[in-house]
This record gives sequence, C-alpha cells and structure tokens, in this order.
Amino acid sequence: MAAQKMSIAKALNESLRKALETDPKVLIMGEDVGKLGGVFRITDGLQKDFGEDRVIDTPLAESGIVGTAIGLALRGYRPVVEIQFDGFVFPAYDQIVTQLAKMHARALGKVKMPVVIRIPYGGGIGAVEHHSESPEALFAHVAGLKVVSPSNASDAYWMMQQAVQSDDPVIFFEPKRRYWDKGELDTEAIPGSLHSAATVREGTDLTLVAYGPMVKVCLEAAAAAQEEGKSIEVLDLRSMSPIDFDAVQASVEKTGRLVVVHEAPVFYGSGAEIAARITERCFYHLEAPVLRVGGYHAPYPPARLEDEYLPGLDRVLDAVDRSLAY
Amino acid sequence: MTVESTAARKPRRSSKRTSAAKKPQNAEPQLVQLLTPEGERVEHPDYAIDLSGDELRGLYRDMVLTRRFDAEATALQRQGELGLWASLLGQEAAQIGSGRALRDDDYVFPTYREHGVAWCRGVDPTNLLGMFRGVNHGGWDPNSNNFHLYTIVIGSQTLHATGYAMGVAKDGADSAVIAYFGDGASSQGDVAESFTFSAVYNAPVVFFCQNNQWAISEPTEKQTRVPLYQRAQGYGFPGVRVDGNDVLACLAVTRSALERARRGEGPTLVEAFTYRMGAHTTSDDPTKYRADEETAAWEAKDPILRLRTYLEKQEIADAAYFTALDEESEALGKRVREAVRSMPDPEPLAMFDHTYADGNPLVDEERAQFAAYQASFAEEGN
Repeated sequence: MAAQKMSIAKALNESLRKALETDPKVLIMGEDVGKLGGVFRITDGLQKDFGEDRVIDTPLAESGIVGTAIGLALRGYRPVVEIQFDGFVFPAYDQIVTQLAKMHARALGKVKMPVVIRIPYGGGIGAVEHHSESPEALFAHVAGLKVVSPSNASDAYWMMQQAVQSDDPVIFFEPKRRYWDKGELDTEAIPGSLHSAATVREGTDLTLVAYGPMVKVCLEAAAAAQEEGKSIEVLDLRSMSPIDFDAVQASVEKTGRLVVVHEAPVFYGSGAEIAARITERCFYHLEAPVLRVGGYHAPYPPARLEDEYLPGLDRVLDAVDRSLAY
Repeated sequence: MTVESTAARKPRRSSKRTSAAKKPQNAEPQLVQLLTPEGERVEHPDYAIDLSGDELRGLYRDMVLTRRFDAEATALQRQGELGLWASLLGQEAAQIGSGRALRDDDYVFPTYREHGVAWCRGVDPTNLLGMFRGVNHGGWDPNSNNFHLYTIVIGSQTLHATGYAMGVAKDGADSAVIAYFGDGASSQGDVAESFTFSAVYNAPVVFFCQNNQWAISEPTEKQTRVPLYQRAQGYGFPGVRVDGNDVLACLAVTRSALERARRGEGPTLVEAFTYRMGAHTTSDDPTKYRADEETAAWEAKDPILRLRTYLEKQEIADAAYFTALDEESEALGKRVREAVRSMPDPEPLAMFDHTYADGNPLVDEERAQFAAYQASFAEEGN
C-alpha cells in the first residue's frame, strides 16, 4: 500500500486491524467496541472480521476491563483496551497504577505486561463533564508506564503498531477532537522510535513543544508568527513518558526560548517537568524563562466555556510574545 | 452484632419487605463438612471423598509443616529478621485442602496469606519471606509453579484470575484457575467485577473466599448482611459454604468446583468458613477488638487436631509417624531460619532493575546519576 490520505480515526482502525492480523494473541477489549465499533468507531468492523473472541465487548466496569486484561497478559495475550472517555479511566486507575505498572518489577522481570490502554482524551467537542479531560500527567508520574499521544494519522498508525509490540504497558492517549483530521499515511514506511520527538516545523527564534491535539494549534501559531517575521520551531513531543529531552534540548540550544503547550492543567503538568529539565540542561542557552500554556487549576468547564479554557492560537502567541520580549 | 440485629434496626416499610428480609436469617447457612471437630468422618450427599492412608497422612503433614513454617516466620519477625508477617494460623485446612485439589496446570492467584497454598504448589517457603524481610516485592517466577505473586492490594488479584481464566478458555485448555481472597475483600469493587466478568464469559475460575471472620479489626458483619457464599447467586453461579477447618471438605468442595470449571460450566464461589487464630499481621493487636471466648471456641475446631484425632482413631498413623513428622517440622524451621538470616540485602542499584521490560532512558539516566553519587563516597573513602 502506497501513501494515502486518511483520518486519525481510520489510521487507528487500520493499525488495530493490522495488529489483529499479525499476532493471534492481540485482543481488543472495551465497552461497545464490538458491533458499534466504539463510540468513536475506532474499532469499526473489527469484531465482524475477527470475531467476538478477539474483539470483546466487556461489562461496563473499567477496573474489571484493565484487571482482566492483566490476567490475559499473564496468560500470554496482548490486550488492547479501550477506555471510552478520559474521565472514565479512574475506576481503573488502581489496577493501572498498583498492578499493571508494577507487575514486571514485582516479578523481578519474570512476567511482562504487554497491555495497551487507549484513551480518547482532551476537549473541544462540546461534551458533558468527564468527556474532555487530559489526565496524562497522572500516568506519566508512574514508573512502569509508557505514555504517548499521536497528533497525526501517520503517527496514529505507527505508534499504535509500536505500542502493541511493546512488552511494557502503554497508555495511548488519542486526541479525540482530531480524530477526523486527515493526513498522509504510508503503511510501508519505516517508523522512528515510539518515544522520539519530531520537529514538525523548523525555526530559529523560539521552540514550541506540544503533543496530541495541541500540535495543530502550535503549527498555526508558528505560521501566524511567521507573518510577523518570527521564526518558530515546533516540536511534536509524541511521548510524555519517556520524554525525548535530547530533542528538546537540541532545539532550545538553537533557539534559546521554549514554550510548552498542552490542554492539561499547567500545575504539575508535563510542561513543569520539561521546564525543569530544560532549565537544568540548557541554563546558559536560555534567553527567557520557560513558559507554559495550558489548562487552569479549575475543573474542566462546561462546554460553552471550553474555548476560553483550552489553549488557542492567541494564548500561544501571547506566550510567544512574552518569551521574545525578555 | 449479628445479622439479625442489624436487620431489625432497619426501617420497616412494609410487612412484605420485612418477611422477605427475615427469611434467610432464620435459615441456618448450610456448611459442607466431612470431618467433625471431634475427628468423626461424616458423609455429604454432594461431596463424597475417598482418600488413601498416604493421602490422608499427606494432608496432615502439609498442615503441620505449614503451621511450623508459619510459626517460624512469626518468630523471625519478633527477632527482627522480618519486617512483617501475615500468619495463616488456623487456616491450614482451607489452604491445604484447596491447594491439594489443584492440578499442576491449574493457576493460583493468592493474597499475601496463602503460605499453605504456596506449599502445595511447591514454592520454596523461603521464597515467600523475601517480601516480608524487605529484600524484594515477591520475586519468584509465577510461571514455574503456576502460583502468581502475592497481591497486597485487597481483591485486585480476583480480576487477574478472571482474565487468566478467560485466556485459558480462549486457548481451549481444560485447566482451571483459583482466586483466593478474604471476607474483607468481598466488599471490594474488584471482587464484584470479577464475579460479573467471570459469569458473563463463563470463565473457568474458582473464587475461594477464606472467611476468617475478621478483616483486621472488623468482623464479617461489617462487610455483609448475607452469608458470603450467597452472593454468587446474584451473579448466576453457584456458591457453597464449606467448613474451612475441615481439610477433607475443603479438598472435596474445591475439587468439585475445579471440575465444574474444567467442564466449561463457569465459576463457583467457595466460602471456607474458618478463623484467623492469630493477629492480622505481626503489627496487629487483636486483644483490642475480639473476645478470648471467641478464639477459645474456635480453638476447639482446630483443623490439625481433628485430622490427628481421626488418623489416630482409625490407626492410619502411629506414634512413630508423628515423631518423625515432628523432627521434619523442626528441620524445616531450622532451614527457614538459616535461609532468612543469610538472605542478603539487594544491591542499591537493583531498585532500577525491571522497571521496564523494554528499557527506558529516564531510568538509565537516573541509575547512572545514582551510581555516580554512590561512587563519589567510595572515592572519598580512599
């Protein structure tokens, strides 16, 4: 298959299909993932083609989904679990943190936990409460978990392939408001590492670091800044644990300025970790403090306010201006 | 507080409701028993068992050695060799009976108190002590004895057992899985979810609940208004209460439940009605919350004593057998003592090992930093 244009949703679907075809031990589990194909249709058609034994509609109990996925992994399966929405992962948080993340270490390496937990995350779709959150830092904080998020169709496909092949648990955050964004996908390309950052726009004056849904916003901000003569580099982090600090460092050593953008609350967010590490690594290269743009320390607001809450083009540009003004 | 008294203080909205609530209270829960506390063999219509002298002596030996190991571990904690110990004292029959019902290809998901089951699986008892000494978090290979690591978060392992059993069914194997948990764990959501999942997928799993009457300081009445085995009914699979201090009944009932799972008939809940004779752990003080009379009453139902009485009366074991077993027990105690005392602390850098199977740059970086930090002291020392 040559390169083709495809939405992120379709790329994920194709990637899961490929995983089911390639490895008979791969299972899909979750609420409504069967006939319905998931509430976002990411698993559309998979149960029809691979059967109820491999694409499993589960009872409505998230801890049960992850807990049984752990048991299946112990038996040699590779479950790919869907949590319907970001805000619904918390009943499973105990199993993820106390069991899934630690099982390999607890067993001194004797067992592996190849479980992928897919979570549609982030705002921007006008949803009710608990359907728009970005809890990635709560998982990145836990040793034993890998945390990633694609921003485009090609990454969605390839990162899912790599997540399924990982012998460690991967929390796979899917930018739900970008599900229908189309991009180029070459299913015969040779992908880079699951955890390497990608430079998606070159620049010399300032580095924007983002991931998932915010990459698009940052690219738009960089384009707008270009019109004012500012050269902005944009890094798609892709992985929030581990973080490709080398790539961020290289970019900041070039530009001297860094702004980190995510939907998640700024307080204790990924941006805090990146700011601390980059300040440590690039202290003498920095022309300005590392700035962060993200959600506020308030519950995710009702949908009518989410455009104010979410970092948009103007808030990113405001931070860019503040950094450049130093 | 009894179940009846709790129910009686509930507001009575209608006479129908009251009578419905009363019904199970009047019915004495049935308890499968094959060996009375006095050591008399009794028959049960559903659970026949016919064991040879060797098998009976084997069960007795398992219980005696498990108790001896357990006592040694408690002593080692008192001597400061272990940080903590969770004694199984009083629960030997429940664990040995169920443990000896298992086939090699069956898989066990224990709590942190399943020392007798571990013994049945052939896990070296000294391996169980690493986590209580603080040198590892478990560390044995679960797949070498089909005995999963001890799980400390209450009830979590019931879901792992269910998932594993779903995998067994997918593989078309006729193995069964057994999940151990306690009366306290029966209140956990994960246990409820494991009942739901196993029922819906007809998973070949046996839920073996040791109701030892106490969840640290809380009696079973703080966990449930109905006998625990009756919970199974609401999930659509059978529940049975067995005399947890009767090793024969525990063996027969567990064997039957495992066979049912193998036949593809799905899960069973076994409630082994037993008693935690000791403290919850060596950090606990049961004199603060339970009466001596209660413990004394259960002492009369001791699982080891009743089988010994039976073996003696039936002349299945003689004095020479018991003397030899005493010597074997003491040798086990000595071996465990020496193994624990010579158990080395792990190397500091080992804390980074196995965080990830695929490796991780952050772990590598922090390990290197920590190694350099440690090395700096060695240089100062020179």
